[in-house]
Amino acid sequence: MAIQSATSEEGAVGTATDSRGRLVTSDGTPLRRALERANRRRKLTALALVAPLLAFILIFFAFPIAQMMWRSVDNPQIVNALPRTLVALEDWNGQGVPDEPVFAALHADMMEDLDRPRREQAIGPLGIRLNYELSAARSAISRTARNVPDFDAPYRDAFTDAHRLWGQPELWQIIKREGRPLTLSYYVAALDREYDAEGNIVKRPENRQIYVSLFGRTLALSLAITAMTFLLGFPIAYYLSTLPMRYANLLMIAVLLPFWTSLLVRTSAWIVLLQQQGVINNALVGMGFINDDGRFSLIYNQTGTIIAMTHILLPFMVLPLYSVMRTIPPTYLRAAKSLGATPWTAFRRVYFPQTLPGIGAGGVLVFIISIGYYITPALVSGQSGRMISNEIARHIQQSLNWGLAAALGTMLLVGVLVLYWLYNRLVGTDSLKFG
Amino acid sequence: MNVVAAQHSDGFVVYDGVQKSYDGETLVVKDLNLSVARGEFLTMLGPSGSGKTTCLMMLAGFETATSGEILLDGKPINSVPPHKRGIGMVFQNYALFPHMTVGENLSFPLEVRGMGKSDREKNVMRALDMVQMGAFANRRPAQLSGGQQQRIALARALVFEPELVLMDEPLGALDKQLREHMQFEITRLAHDLGITTVYVTHDQTEALTMSDNVAVFEDGRIQQLAPPDVLYEEPRNSFVAQFIGENNTIDGVVKEIRGDTCVVQLDGGVLIDAKPVNVSKVGERTRVSIRPERVEANKERLADDAHMIKAEVLEFIYMGDVFRTRLKVAGNENFVMKTRNAPDQVRHKPGSMIEIGWMPQDCRALDCPQ
Ligand SMILES: Nc1ncnc2c1ncn2[C@@H]1O[C@H](COP(=O)(O)OP(=O)(O)OP(=O)(O)O)[C@@H](O)[C@H]1O
Ligand SMILES: [Mg+2]
Repeated sequence: MAIQSATSEEGAVGTATDSRGRLVTSDGTPLRRALERANRRRKLTALALVAPLLAFILIFFAFPIAQMMWRSVDNPQIVNALPRTLVALEDWNGQGVPDEPVFAALHADMMEDLDRPRREQAIGPLGIRLNYELSAARSAISRTARNVPDFDAPYRDAFTDAHRLWGQPELWQIIKREGRPLTLSYYVAALDREYDAEGNIVKRPENRQIYVSLFGRTLALSLAITAMTFLLGFPIAYYLSTLPMRYANLLMIAVLLPFWTSLLVRTSAWIVLLQQQGVINNALVGMGFINDDGRFSLIYNQTGTIIAMTHILLPFMVLPLYSVMRTIPPTYLRAAKSLGATPWTAFRRVYFPQTLPGIGAGGVLVFIISIGYYITPALVSGQSGRMISNEIARHIQQSLNWGLAAALGTMLLVGVLVLYWLYNRLVGTDSLKFG
Repeated sequence: MNVVAAQHSDGFVVYDGVQKSYDGETLVVKDLNLSVARGEFLTMLGPSGSGKTTCLMMLAGFETATSGEILLDGKPINSVPPHKRGIGMVFQNYALFPHMTVGENLSFPLEVRGMGKSDREKNVMRALDMVQMGAFANRRPAQLSGGQQQRIALARALVFEPELVLMDEPLGALDKQLREHMQFEITRLAHDLGITTVYVTHDQTEALTMSDNVAVFEDGRIQQLAPPDVLYEEPRNSFVAQFIGENNTIDGVVKEIRGDTCVVQLDGGVLIDAKPVNVSKVGERTRVSIRPERVEANKERLADDAHMIKAEVLEFIYMGDVFRTRLKVAGNENFVMKTRNAPDQVRHKPGSMIEIGWMPQDCRALDCPQ
């Protein structure tokens, strides 16, 4: 009897509503609110759990990337150093050398800058910035800056006497064009273009075009590396997936070995193996396949880059492939054979299509990693096997043109995102199986 | 179906002295001799690990026999690769290709045989209609229920019109009702199409209801090969008696053998009459077995020569169509009597003493294991 009354009571509560027709719980709170309250605690816990990683990613990943993208358009140097000059230049028509008022403003700007404490001086960055557009601009500015306190009117003569560059319209065109807080000039340079005297964007002379073909080569090398890892990785992954766990794990260690060896050790090993007087060439000569002056160049070129990077990136192909193949039961192949398919047809029509998610994941991983790979090409690539990341590193470390490096990096990032998006449209990332 | 035909050596499928070892140390299949007639439905029944799948896989060509010969239609097939054997097969997990639609799955065996497109479509539709799945040709296997996948697997194994179809526990993953329905469908199809079927299961009801002949496997050997009714009513040894259906067993010693009856002294001291099946000499230990439904508490229902014995009622279970009464008989506390739920049937009270009996020919004296 007691049970019966309890159920009927519950039934009444289950359908109770408030005055506005919303469902309410037994103590009269709207159901939706009660549910939210119950869920809030769970959400807070979840947030607390992911918060450290989120903060880490924000500080060390998202923020630097945003910074990099900002740097690729950030252009404060001229605006900071020459505010008066830029105002005076507004009336200049862009032809010939500007008139005396501009030079007077330039003098005033430079004098003011000299009065500032050394660390706040804007003349140094100005020289570096102008030098990206016009070599010799840096030395012109630093030489002039030393003598500016001694200049007397007319300043135009004083400046042109101090350095001939001040008498060239090109310099003034650059100052006027780049006298804005934001610029596209790094992207223009990254695409092998430049501004002509009229301010139009034109192609650079043939011998100074590097980046576009470098992007192309990076793409081609990455594709070649992806293809190589696939060709080498697929049979290995297949074999591993057919083995009992015990042996598979043991062999997997061999596949993962590249992860555990120091890069320098590996590099020296490659050099020993691949160089002209190295093990492979010596062996080939010794066996009489090639003669002594027909030795292959296997390192310090594209071949070297492909060999080395294929070795390093192989695990990224094998792991997702292996994990997908493990889940394909051998009964599928048996079923195909029992239906009359030859072993090859069974493999091609039944097994291979089911490994596609793994191939996609491995391919995307290897391709994206290799397109931005830096260290290996830097060590074994020589000149012809260099990739875009090496050029970016050069601009960061040697030429110190961070704006250009940032523009190249941003283009690389956008390129990868576009490829990923394309892949997603074509295949769908939800079918990816990473390891 | 003729029982004896199955024993002939000119069967459609013949296992001739087949042995199989995976590791070179233990035999998983020990000296298997078996013959399946054309059009016969043979079931391999046995506990887990008894070697049923292994036997099937050797026939399909996925395992090689360690010794002995397997003949298909009179020709040895040990060296024929699986894809040339032309044997249809239904796997336990169906093994439908997940990246193909149902239609493509069915058309696959026809394609690899080089059949033209229009013929292919016709045959696929016919096979799908055969299992009442005609509307599902464009679905993927993942979009089908277990029972539907089962039918598709069946249709795929039949679509290329093999003469022999193997099924390895094809209904294992289905719920009871669906399983019973599919049992019926499979037998109907097999008989309509006149195909020879070798069916593996460890569900004895399935084996009994579907088969022409059942081979009971244990430990790599066939313990008995017989039609279902013979298997149930005349188990040849105590393993088969225990494995098929429910059975009451009491151990004892053979006291006397007279033609087709013998006297057994049960371990409790009582003497009973039994039918000697697997005993040969006086003094031998034996296990007598009686089916619960052949035990009777109502004397009037038994013939005069029925054997009566005292029993204590331990438990009475009402099961709807039958009553199940657990008794203590000759020291055995797990003796079960099954009685039909008839209007005049007595419901025995636990604790009461009753007299039960059975016909001597229903009490079979079998071998005593250990
Ligand atoms: N590939 C194999 N390698 C080694 N041993 C095996 C292999 N396959 C089966 N066995 C062994 O052979 C014996 C028989 O196996 P089998 O699969 O034929 O049994 P089964 O009767 O089909 O059992 P179940 O009802 O569980 O399917 C088992 O002891 C099993 O461990
Ligand atoms: Mg099995």
